[in-house]
Amino acid sequence: MPVDRLLLRMGGESGTDNVISAGDVLTLSVARSGYHVHTFRTYPAEIKGGPVMFQLRVGVQPLPSLGDQLDVLVAFNQEAWDLQHADLRPEGTLIYDPAMQEVPDGLKGAAYGVPLDGLARDLNLRKGKNLIGLGALSALFGFDFNQLQATVKEKFGTRPEFAESNRMALLAGFEWVRKNITGDIPLRLVPPHPREGSALVMSGNQAIVAAALAAGCRFFAGYPITPASDIMEELAKRLPKMGGAVFQTEDEIAAISAVVGASIGGVRAMTATSGPGFSLMQEMLGLATMAEVPLVVVDAQRAGPSTGMPTKMEQSDLNIALYGAHGDAPRIVLAPRSVEDCFYQTMHAFSLAETYQMPVILLSDQSLSHRTETLTMPNPDLVPVAYRQRPSGDAEKYRRYALTENGISPMGVPGFDPTPFTATGLEHDETGEPNYTPAMHTAQMDKRGVKFERVAELLCELESPLGCQACGVPEETAEVGVLAWGSTAGAAREAVEELAAEGYPVAALIPAVINPLPASRVRYFAHNLKAILVPEVNRSGQFAAWVKAYTELPLISLNKYGGLPFTPGEIRAKVRGLLDEVTHG
Amino acid sequence: MANLVAQAYKSEVKPTWCPGCGDFGVLAALYPALARLELDPAKTMIVSGIGCSSRLPFFVKTYGFQTAHGRVLPVAMGVKIANPDLTVIAVGGDGDGFSIGGGHLVHAVRRNPDITYVVMDNQIYGLTKGQTSPTSPLGIKTKSTPFGSADTPINPMAWVLASGVSFAARGFSGNPKLLTDLIVAAIQHPGFAFVQTMSPCPTFNNTYDQWRGKVDSLPADHDPGDRLQAMAQALREDAIPLGVFYRQVRPTLESHTRVTDHPARGGAAAGFDVRGLLESYR
Repeated sequence: MPVDRLLLRMGGESGTDNVISAGDVLTLSVARSGYHVHTFRTYPAEIKGGPVMFQLRVGVQPLPSLGDQLDVLVAFNQEAWDLQHADLRPEGTLIYDPAMQEVPDGLKGAAYGVPLDGLARDLNLRKGKNLIGLGALSALFGFDFNQLQATVKEKFGTRPEFAESNRMALLAGFEWVRKNITGDIPLRLVPPHPREGSALVMSGNQAIVAAALAAGCRFFAGYPITPASDIMEELAKRLPKMGGAVFQTEDEIAAISAVVGASIGGVRAMTATSGPGFSLMQEMLGLATMAEVPLVVVDAQRAGPSTGMPTKMEQSDLNIALYGAHGDAPRIVLAPRSVEDCFYQTMHAFSLAETYQMPVILLSDQSLSHRTETLTMPNPDLVPVAYRQRPSGDAEKYRRYALTENGISPMGVPGFDPTPFTATGLEHDETGEPNYTPAMHTAQMDKRGVKFERVAELLCELESPLGCQACGVPEETAEVGVLAWGSTAGAAREAVEELAAEGYPVAALIPAVINPLPASRVRYFAHNLKAILVPEVNRSGQFAAWVKAYTELPLISLNKYGGLPFTPGEIRAKVRGLLDEVTHG
Repeated sequence: MANLVAQAYKSEVKPTWCPGCGDFGVLAALYPALARLELDPAKTMIVSGIGCSSRLPFFVKTYGFQTAHGRVLPVAMGVKIANPDLTVIAVGGDGDGFSIGGGHLVHAVRRNPDITYVVMDNQIYGLTKGQTSPTSPLGIKTKSTPFGSADTPINPMAWVLASGVSFAARGFSGNPKLLTDLIVAAIQHPGFAFVQTMSPCPTFNNTYDQWRGKVDSLPADHDPGDRLQAMAQALREDAIPLGVFYRQVRPTLESHTRVTDHPARGGAAAGFDVRGLLESYR
């Protein structure tokens, strides 16, 4: 049966079956063939051993989310079947290795036993099982074999000995299926729509790196932490060649401190971390607010509290991002909604940080960090590259913290501007000298507050790609609304777009700027709705509480907190229930 | 910037220290050191943490940054990597540098940034009005240790020497002339230069008389190239030797980790075309 999209998952043993590397190369290969992709992966926190899975959603249309039930499960071992089969559609297809597992009872769909281990032994390959599997998948579902071969060669090594054994492994799987599996294959992907050039395939973290470089970031300090480390690793390869620097510090406090130092030294600077590291950074974020130092912090959220589940996703750091440091310390919080949005929001973060001289927090999460998606070439010119306003005129009259109408005061760059000043975390007067008078504290609090309120005014009306994303039926005719944030956007969009296409009065609004919240835009979205659902991956409904605080809207929370992202089906089911209530209620 | 006199580095901000504070002596030694080196105030940054001594940047007419408690060194390293042409001087107290910021010291030492770090050591917490500090002597009675401190004090000089510091000196606020020489040598040293400065707190731990009696020059034949000799001097209990304990030249942090594409200079950081990089993801 020809299908226009396919959801396929491979499960195996970490460090043995090389499921992730096989998944990545298959993903790139089908994307090069012209399909859209959206991947998802889970892996143990341990390095060797433990179950690992890679999920590829591939189709001829854009795929905003990871999808729902699996069409195909490839089980490299018994454990993969045991752990994953509940997610397989009843009529879904199983591919397994007869040497590694029993044929499960009661399968409604097709099951193909491919001797992955046996073929690898025949070829005398210790680690070729994953490629044999890819060859088999290519033959079964119609993934372009030549493209797969070329991609494997490019990614897994062009040295003759690797290239030859990899080619043999792919071919062995491919030919075994051709020879031994006859008759109708239940699912076959229709050919992709022709398009100009192939799409990009990137992860959220890769998009953040590219955007940081585009925004002029030339300093990164960090401390290794899952799932943010690969931002540092990627920048460590690139920045030194571009006149920049990557500084691995002794802890996250030192990382954010070095970022504050680099920024006051005049360089656009960033760090990236996850929950435990972000907790450690709070005091220095307060200093950056007080001393008005531009910087960007990426928090790739993972399941907490405490060490939590380092390799699982959650959207539970919103509260600390909003309220983390002591004192009345405004900071901007952005939440990218897709891989492409990681690019735009990272550029946006630098632009806002530099313009308003304050910290900007980018709230990504584990699923967004490491999932890959196809995207068309982003347009970096959509976000102007900004740099802090610098002093001009009479250096003698320069005052670093001058009380200006919009709260922004020129920031001298040491070594370049003849305007020395001393920055401080103490309350200070316009020159920077410590000052604890009620009048000056009030005035400087207002300066920092007014700056922030300007951001709110500026961003409130901003629409996609930098501002609010809206989808579904026109808001005026919608009865049930979905208000989502961060990486839940994909599942929310897919659920709402499907329901709207089926004629249901459903719309979604997904802001990217979380603080300051575009409250008037949210109120407008809500004004005609009978019910508003807020799906988020945390238990306490942090975003719902934040929106309520701004808008006093009655919101209905849908919370999931098992370490996995929402699927569109979960949101769809809840919205259907709400539709029934509001129409029959 | 020739002919700068010490007075030119003095800012309009009046020091907040108690009368008789050792930190006045340190400040009095710093101005002529800056003048002797003819440092351009617009190309010099003094970074500090929190504490009485960390107020110092306000009193100097260079760029300054008073950061958070204990974070002076990582901030200073960020400044130096981002802007390696700046002269970066870090200052602070014993609580800031050896207690809350103690974890950063050893890492700054091993990375060897070209930063001078002047620690004003008064063996007490002064700004919080008299609690025991990591260098307070064993048994000291303070507000937080009314029955006497049970903790053995840190020996900062031995600590940095053991960690592999490339320059270590000790001065005394009661001898600003020597201190000026030491600060000049520290700033001139290409690498991390640690200057422990005995700087008494007359209000909460008045050690003036005791230290005046104990300070001494390093032996005339002391070889600052010999780390074992330096360590032996650091461990002395009969005296507080002053001078350059140790000096070694090795590669600096910013010799390999530095920003050259500084946005204030114009250049790619102001407009890098990312499309080429994005193309590699096809």
